[in-house]
Amino acid sequence: MEWEIVMGLEVHTELATKTKIFCGCSTEFGGEPNTHVCEICSGQPGTLPLLNRRVVEFAVRTGLATNCEITRKTKFDRKNYFYPDLPKAYQISQLYLPICRNGCIEVKGQDGNPKKIGIHEIHMEEDAGKLVHDEFADCTLVDYNRCGVPLLEIVSEPDFRSADEVVEYLEKLRAILQFTGVSDCKMQEGSLRADVNLSVRPKGQAEFGTRTEMKNLNSFHAIARAIEYESRRQIDLLEDGETVVQETRRWDDNKGISYAMRSKEDAQDYKYFPEPDLPPIEISDAYIEKVKAEMPELPEAKKRRYQEALGLSEYDTSILTSDLAFVRLFEATEKLCQSPKDAANWIMGEVMKLLNDSGTLPEDMTLSPEKLAAVINMVKSGKINRGTGKKVLEKVFSEDVDPETYVKENNLAQITDLSALRPVLEEVIAANEKSVSEYKGGKTQAMGYIMGQAMRALKGKAPAQEVQKLLHEMLDN
Amino acid sequence: MQIDKTLVMYLEKLGRIELSEEQRAACEKDLQSILDYIDTLNELDTEGVEPASHSFPVANVVREDVVTNTARADVILANAPDSREGCFAVPKTVE
Repeated sequence: MEWEIVMGLEVHTELATKTKIFCGCSTEFGGEPNTHVCEICSGQPGTLPLLNRRVVEFAVRTGLATNCEITRKTKFDRKNYFYPDLPKAYQISQLYLPICRNGCIEVKGQDGNPKKIGIHEIHMEEDAGKLVHDEFADCTLVDYNRCGVPLLEIVSEPDFRSADEVVEYLEKLRAILQFTGVSDCKMQEGSLRADVNLSVRPKGQAEFGTRTEMKNLNSFHAIARAIEYESRRQIDLLEDGETVVQETRRWDDNKGISYAMRSKEDAQDYKYFPEPDLPPIEISDAYIEKVKAEMPELPEAKKRRYQEALGLSEYDTSILTSDLAFVRLFEATEKLCQSPKDAANWIMGEVMKLLNDSGTLPEDMTLSPEKLAAVINMVKSGKINRGTGKKVLEKVFSEDVDPETYVKENNLAQITDLSALRPVLEEVIAANEKSVSEYKGGKTQAMGYIMGQAMRALKGKAPAQEVQKLLHEMLDN
Repeated sequence: MQIDKTLVMYLEKLGRIELSEEQRAACEKDLQSILDYIDTLNELDTEGVEPASHSFPVANVVREDVVTNTARADVILANAPDSREGCFAVPKTVE
């Protein structure tokens, strides 16, 4: 039987605000336990939340960038549950009137045509604290630094049919969140987290199958693997005549398997009700216009501009706009070296290779546009050749050396004074008598060897064409 | 809506409390009278009236995104029944 995979995503992203959603505590990542905590975010009795205006602005920005309708009168609700990661025993979230609804992001569908993935809603809420389970002391330690950090939960429609669609949607969503300045989207720090709801059904069937929810997916690679694993597991169960149990499963990326966390049989009843401590938020046309006017350039607009104004290809622009770190490096380098094509080629070639080889994430890259432009300019002006340029960039990348000083100190500049070549070549000719006489005797291939020796003696610092020309001049008569 | 013993016991479970049989019976009676009162309210015609979740007609109460709090974990932990290594210590929870 042919099966169809049906998926929906719940993406949580931590917002790049300076402070938490309901108090003036810092949102900075790391820090000693409970040092970014106050009476409000630790849920002490008698305290009241006060909403951070940036959170609303970021939510509206995200909604507009993902083609959502903005809810003009929005409010918060309480989601009640007992777990020590939330000291109030409830999370302030949005259920009835989420701030954004009915949006979409376009991906490439399985048939190669554009496909719209619906966004059901985007709502604002607070993050929970971090629990450390102490194996020996028989207790759990709680750090509330993350508790109250603002989150957006972006809930898609069940529109995904393949892992490729899921990954492309997440890449686009991440780029939107980064480009709009809403989140830094560092998956390893938990500022972008995705849960996948997945079910399978016989192809052609209208009803959905029973779904499971997968958590702890810490990279796009892990998401693709987990989807592969979970769809296979469900299909195997159904083909063996068994049933899929609705449950939450945790993905273990090291073992490449998922296991059940808690069964939904013990159905969670969150007893949602309107949050009485926060007045509603009314969003005016003027406010939406203001957010629109201040919206940073989005990935798709950048792509178009790079093609139209800078003459780059569609392929180049889609790679450059895949990550904000590349965009920042490209835009500054391009201005400094006055050549968009060179800047694009060096970033997509050498820089990406260096990132890849060293396992560095683009956002952690220390390479400055000034230094990259210096390397490009030296190659462009002929001061060093391309091969040397690559070696210099490698040094800049790994040790942050100054490219111009490095070229000078290591004597890497090209020999531009051609009269300096002749004495070196004379030495090469004298040292390779055998090849020289073979060449003179008509064995033209011997020139290749002599040429190699010459370039070696010159340490590759002379233009090969000039060296060859000069050698012919010296040997051909 | 009818309140019965099963529902009271479900509410106990959600609220992480345990009632005696006596308290359970009293709770059943009290909850029923509260709900009956709400049923009376439901008789009102509220067609076209926006649901209110707040007593005062205020909206858009917000603050600027500026850090105002400094680190003082000792003060925050002072009221905790148990704390270790700068953290609140709670009975072990297992996922």
